[in-house]
Amino acid sequence: MAASAEKLERLISQEYKQGFVTDLETDSLPPGLSEDVVRAISAKKDEPEFMLEWRLQAYRHWLTMKEPKWAFVHYGPIDYQAISYYSAPKEGGDKPKSLGEVDPKLLETYNKLGIPLYEQERLAGVAVDAVFDSVSVATTFKAKLAAAGVIFCSMSEAIRKYPQLVQQYLGSVVPPGDNFFAALNSAVFSDGSFVFIPKGVRCPMELSTYFRINAANTGQFERTLIIAEEHSHVSYLEGCTAPMRDENQLHAAVVELVALENAEIKYSTVQNWYPGDEEGRGGIYNFVTKRGDCRGANAKISWTQVETGSAITWKYPSVVLRGDNAIGEFYSVAVTNHRQQADTGTKMIHVGKNTRSTILSKGISAGHAQNTYRGLVKVLKGAENARNYTQCDSLLIGDKCGAHTFPYVEVRQPSARVEHEATTSKISEDQLFFCTQRGISAEDAVSMIVNGFCKQVFKELPMEFAVEAQALLGISLEGSVG
Amino acid sequence: MLTIENLHVRVDGKAILQGINLEVKAGEVHAIMGPNGSGKSTLSHVLAGREGYEVTSGSVTYAGKNLLDMPPEQRAREGVFLAFQYPVEIPGVSNIYLLKAALNAMRRHRGQSELDALDFLQLIKEKIKLVEMDEQLLYRSVNQGFSGGEKKRNEILQMAVLEPRLCILDETDSGLDIDALKVVADGVNSLRTNDRAFILVTHYQRLLNYVRPDYVHVLVHGKIAKSGDADLALELEEKGYGWIERQTAAEDAA
Repeated sequence: MAASAEKLERLISQEYKQGFVTDLETDSLPPGLSEDVVRAISAKKDEPEFMLEWRLQAYRHWLTMKEPKWAFVHYGPIDYQAISYYSAPKEGGDKPKSLGEVDPKLLETYNKLGIPLYEQERLAGVAVDAVFDSVSVATTFKAKLAAAGVIFCSMSEAIRKYPQLVQQYLGSVVPPGDNFFAALNSAVFSDGSFVFIPKGVRCPMELSTYFRINAANTGQFERTLIIAEEHSHVSYLEGCTAPMRDENQLHAAVVELVALENAEIKYSTVQNWYPGDEEGRGGIYNFVTKRGDCRGANAKISWTQVETGSAITWKYPSVVLRGDNAIGEFYSVAVTNHRQQADTGTKMIHVGKNTRSTILSKGISAGHAQNTYRGLVKVLKGAENARNYTQCDSLLIGDKCGAHTFPYVEVRQPSARVEHEATTSKISEDQLFFCTQRGISAEDAVSMIVNGFCKQVFKELPMEFAVEAQALLGISLEGSVG
Repeated sequence: MLTIENLHVRVDGKAILQGINLEVKAGEVHAIMGPNGSGKSTLSHVLAGREGYEVTSGSVTYAGKNLLDMPPEQRAREGVFLAFQYPVEIPGVSNIYLLKAALNAMRRHRGQSELDALDFLQLIKEKIKLVEMDEQLLYRSVNQGFSGGEKKRNEILQMAVLEPRLCILDETDSGLDIDALKVVADGVNSLRTNDRAFILVTHYQRLLNYVRPDYVHVLVHGKIAKSGDADLALELEEKGYGWIERQTAAEDAA
């Protein structure tokens, strides 16, 4: 019935609460992209020569590439010369040495977003690196982490302080010429997070990066690199928001994960970039390359993502299962509403023997949104006894949205076992009436049903994030019963 | 408690209820019987506030208020409970979570504080005995993979926990084996009190062997064609609905 479809749509329409702008003086490059811009970014960051060369090579390669068009998303042409590739809050003189020296307006911004940066506030023992437009503004708990031998700092700092590590690993998972957006990122990336967990260390706390786009007409191109040496373990969380603006803004990040023998990396994302308004004006173009490499035997990489934001999402967190017995996991909830478009999924590349991968994708579409799962499971010749299990479920709310599934499977090893299951369902009027007849408001009923649909993925999130993810879907969980 | 006056209801432009009059007082049990398509389920859905039903005339007064003005959750919180003929499944939402959300919504409405997890669990464990339901079912997704009998017991459990004032059971007896039917009936009987009323919508008389109604009404073509006491149900069991239908047709012709 049309009436209840409209009601459902009204129910799931929530205002974007992180859409405010912080008024700060910035140090920005004028819009435009050229070798000079690449040099200017590198110079601003005081980078060693090898880094500039790396960037220039990526830039020259990018010039020869074309923007990919295969995704199931539609948008007008992007004018790469109209974007500013660098914006940073202006600092009086030197870089802030402690949180006390960070601009209070910035701290206030993060407080407003619910990310207190003061260490004494002890974000439940989570260390945070806050990236504001193009630069990292603060990293907390550094001393405690250093005592464990863990390096957690901004990418700019890593390039200056640990050039050997950067040179050894940067681009080793996602090469600069991997794809159009990765090449662009490699040329102009401004900051991001760097994590190094030495051999045998279990990182003593959750690590987290909070990305915030503030300035107008600016692209955000962050680069994250996580290296987990043999027998180490780390759990890393990433959150993102941006102000509401009528123009689209480009976010083209690259995340590389390297897990050596017996190492485990758990990477969780709650992505809530501004999705645009109801008519599809504005919003972030989220074109991101995320890939993990299980480089040693028994390594494990697990991606968990909750994607509620962005006008367009183009993102396939992947795992290359190189080492024998390596494990790759991908758990995803992607919510699209209004005119949002998401084309997201994963790639699991089985190279080693007895490698296993699990893909669990939950897509929720409402309004006029289009939600696509696109996944590749590739089993190479040497991957004896490789196993994959894929489950893709779609939930439709209303009758103007779409859900699509494109699973690609390439198997070159006869002993491999690959399973795929897919379902599509709608929130039914019966379910909604049943819940309201039990006294539960229609809003809470929709939240409850959506939450139930996503449960298998939410339980993979660290506690802190699970709560945030549920809140994002308009869910209030009362108590712990059930 | 409930007064239905001259209620006319259309579904997709078709007249289904054509002038229902019914008075239900606290403490009473009314059975609404009738052949398929007579409007039994429509009546229970309209009382619970389901969308898609157009009330063209008449009124429904519940506890002195206009029931038809309230959205379904409001009716529920005011004490109107519908046990569904086909209980829905909600994947990923545990039974106990739904119960807690529902009970706390009611309690907030009544100005009571929400129950904490321990008190709530204690309450549930007590109520679940009433319907002889496996406690494991509390932690499974709502009705998912439940047998027909388990689903109906679950409905009665919800009724026992929410303690409504007006309980409408929409063909709760359909598809139940005799043991499950007895459990459902025992549940209903144990909830009978002086300040609570029941409307049992049923096609068959057999539930009424276990739950003795004060009144029996026969619905034919959207009207109450005949009312009586429990003996009327026995008469229907024996003779079927045909004779009332013929009687009604004759009266209409006259």
